[in-house]
Amino acid sequence: MKNKINIVMQSKSENESFARIVVAAFIAPLNPTVEELNDIKTAVSEAVTNSIIHAYQEKTGKIILTCEIFERRVKIIIKDYGLGIENIKKAMEPLYTSRPDMERSGLGFTVMQSFMSKVIVKSKKNFGTKVIMIKNLA
Amino acid sequence: MMQLDVLDKNLIVKIKCDIDHHVTDKIKEKIERKLELLNLKNIIFDFERVDFMDSSGIGMLIGRYKFVDKIGGKIYVINLNPNLKPIIEMSGLKKIINFDCDLESVLKSQRKSKAE
Ligand SMILES: Nc1ncnc2c1ncn2[C@@H]1O[C@H](COP(=O)(O)OP(=O)(O)OP(=O)(O)O)[C@@H](O)[C@H]1O
Ligand SMILES: [Mg+2]
Repeated sequence: MKNKINIVMQSKSENESFARIVVAAFIAPLNPTVEELNDIKTAVSEAVTNSIIHAYQEKTGKIILTCEIFERRVKIIIKDYGLGIENIKKAMEPLYTSRPDMERSGLGFTVMQSFMSKVIVKSKKNFGTKVIMIKNLA
Repeated sequence: MMQLDVLDKNLIVKIKCDIDHHVTDKIKEKIERKLELLNLKNIIFDFERVDFMDSSGIGMLIGRYKFVDKIGGKIYVINLNPNLKPIIEMSGLKKIINFDCDLESVLKSQRKSKAE
């Protein structure tokens, strides 16, 4: 099976649940297990939330969600045109957060990495960030 | 979204929605207002109707832990949905919050330690 969706949304917190639900519905034909579905929903929620809080902060911007399925492989891309990440390696360290004041725990990237098969982050300061996540379903 | 009750000087917080960044600030504000208003220090979260939680929820729980820990209070989570177990395990929250209890056992142990 091969299929793809592209969704453009505003960086509003209401869209965090929307993004999870859309991806869950889109991959439903692959019959993922409850655990797989929950892993993917959580990873999507982390990436979209990061674009909203860190990339755009108080402003409103565009987030592009792409989900592609090919056989048993799910590929998700979350892209923003916000602040960007200067030091990706440091940002991905467990417990690192630039916003401890907002009760962030610095676990988002760690969650994405442990719940998905592969995570790639591309970012450029002041241009934006692209998070590519792949999950191979059983 | 959530319901607050008081039982034996515990604030019972029953959350009835997904816990993500969209709701955590509201949950935090409501809890802190109530704790201060009624002078309570323990929080029992009832997660029976929480099917989903991401790291925003972890941050919210750590924040409430820090808040009650200063005044000698404790945090309990009851009726944990299996969906939430992987993220709870990952977060290390089990070191500071009790997840393996039910309402009866919490109240019982509190009454016991009070009587002693
Ligand atoms: N899309 C993004 N744009 C700009 N900066 C980002 C983006 N995503 C992540 N970051 C940076 O990477 C850091 C780590 O992200 P991560 O999701 O791991 O933790 P967090 O968001 O700070 O906390 P948590 O996810 O636990 O709530 C963030 O604090 C932020 O500085
Ligand atoms: Mg994050």
